[in-house]
Amino acid sequence: MNIATILDMAAEAFGDRVAVACGDSRYTYAELREAAYRAAAQIKASNAQYVALLDVTSPAAPIAIFAAAYAGVPYVPLNYRLTKPELNELIERVAPAYLITTPEYAKLLEPREGVKVVDRSTFLSLPATDGTIPEIGDDPRAVAVQLFTSGTTGKPKAAILRHENLMSYIVGTVEFASAEEDDGIIVTVPPYHIAGISAVLSSTYACRRMVQMDGFEARAWLAACREHSVSNAFLVPTMIQRIVEHLEESGAGANLPALRALAYGGGKMPLTTIQKAMQLLPHVDFTNAYGLTETSSTIAVLGPDDHRAAATSSDPAVRRRLGSVGKPGAVELEIRDDSGKVLGAEEAGLVFVRGPQVSGEYLQQGSQLDVDGWFPTKDRGYLDAEGYLFLDGRSDDVIVRGGENISPGEIEDVLLTHPSVADAAVVAMPDEQWGEGVAAAVVLKAGAAVNVAELQELVKGKLRSSRVPQKIVFKDTLPYNELGKVLRRLIRQDFI
Amino acid sequence: MAKTALKAGSRFKSAVSDAQVMIVKAPAGEFELGCGGAAMVGGTAAAPEGLTLAAGDAGEVLIGKRYVNADESLEMLCTKGGKGTLSLDGVALEIKQAKQLPSSD
Repeated sequence: MNIATILDMAAEAFGDRVAVACGDSRYTYAELREAAYRAAAQIKASNAQYVALLDVTSPAAPIAIFAAAYAGVPYVPLNYRLTKPELNELIERVAPAYLITTPEYAKLLEPREGVKVVDRSTFLSLPATDGTIPEIGDDPRAVAVQLFTSGTTGKPKAAILRHENLMSYIVGTVEFASAEEDDGIIVTVPPYHIAGISAVLSSTYACRRMVQMDGFEARAWLAACREHSVSNAFLVPTMIQRIVEHLEESGAGANLPALRALAYGGGKMPLTTIQKAMQLLPHVDFTNAYGLTETSSTIAVLGPDDHRAAATSSDPAVRRRLGSVGKPGAVELEIRDDSGKVLGAEEAGLVFVRGPQVSGEYLQQGSQLDVDGWFPTKDRGYLDAEGYLFLDGRSDDVIVRGGENISPGEIEDVLLTHPSVADAAVVAMPDEQWGEGVAAAVVLKAGAAVNVAELQELVKGKLRSSRVPQKIVFKDTLPYNELGKVLRRLIRQDFI
Repeated sequence: MAKTALKAGSRFKSAVSDAQVMIVKAPAGEFELGCGGAAMVGGTAAAPEGLTLAAGDAGEVLIGKRYVNADESLEMLCTKGGKGTLSLDGVALEIKQAKQLPSSD
């Protein structure tokens, strides 16, 4: 079992179809495979144990994913936003490696024995092979992809995804060659994110054209969708928010007649944003996809019918599903309390998942699965009576005040209802009496003013007094990562 | 004909057509995997010559489809299409209906 099979099948069935469109450059599925063959020959000859990519999105990313699979070594995309010391430390951990990069990032690299640095332009114009077709490894336990997670403390962990995990996910959730001839998906997540990798594998298996865009900007995204007649897209919630804002400001219609399906994930979607997006793009099918690196991407989906039912229902239990991440797909899912007891509907606890796509494994720390194969996602949440999953933040973010578990999300939601508040993040702060206390960083809307006591009253009135932030600081902005996740560890530093 | 152990990831090709499959999951033990009435050939081994599709077998193995036995203890993915009906110890395999999810990535 090997993810290279995915490209083999696409190249055999639809070799002439465009696989990748990036600027003026085009690769058909046959050409993509040929490029991966060439790269695999170079990788093998270099004796590298890893194929690393330090680059923004380009055709080099899909070529490198499959070339690594043909060559039988793991693919490791690196986060190009890391600092120089952070990057060099990670490269040390993957040497000997075949490293694809550009001059801009190559400047950050310290010379290291065993690391063959290859410029992207060279990688994209490798010489033809002698015609030998690489023999694909069939060990399902071989590692296909290794991703360094952005650890909040300590060194980044190396999450590993085996060929069997990724193949189970793709074969179990995507219909082979299900894309129409003219379909195209626009990919704007960076190559080092699990969604960037699963987009390549899913699109290849569906034989769907991938339209690549480096970085994200709302106007450019809309223009690219029109230019390439994009039918499918994946975005993180922050990107959808930017598109909604842009469309509202410009007053022009979206004008995306070809766009049929828009999937989003990678963070919490604000209710107002998805409601506005659905109004602005009424012909588009929205899907909320919830997944983790350690689960080979998506494990639950809120599909288009769920979105429309929730948006139009008068039943509050159905309406609130717009804030749900949907039902489990090809995995089993359980909610457990801290003692491990499985909880019933509407009871909040920790989310556990099990299934062949779940790796739950790190290189140094080993498997995190329990004896029965369940993986603790460390996400908190609950299921409703019909099995829709609602997430409630990371268990690491829970504030434990005098033995009481407090979720930051519920307090943030209340703060955001104040007309002067533009953004809010709630974190734990050290407290002598309670162990941990509640603290909030708040961003006010331009020209708005509000005092701390008023916000504390608001929370006290809607929740309990234990939820009232004992300290509130006002900030110009909150720190977010490039995919729109608020960086609580940075906010916590204001309260130490 | 020889029976063989089936393990996830291993590949077989038809002795009578272009069809190729990859084992996704398999029960323990030894079995005979057939296509078009002839035993399939494992890995890179060469197919015996002179075999032909069984008369009356109008079946076709379809690329991208998954094939299972009755209790779904065996599951294979067709990686290359071709003529013939797939079988396990002489019993024809069925196409598994995909649990397709809305396009999420």
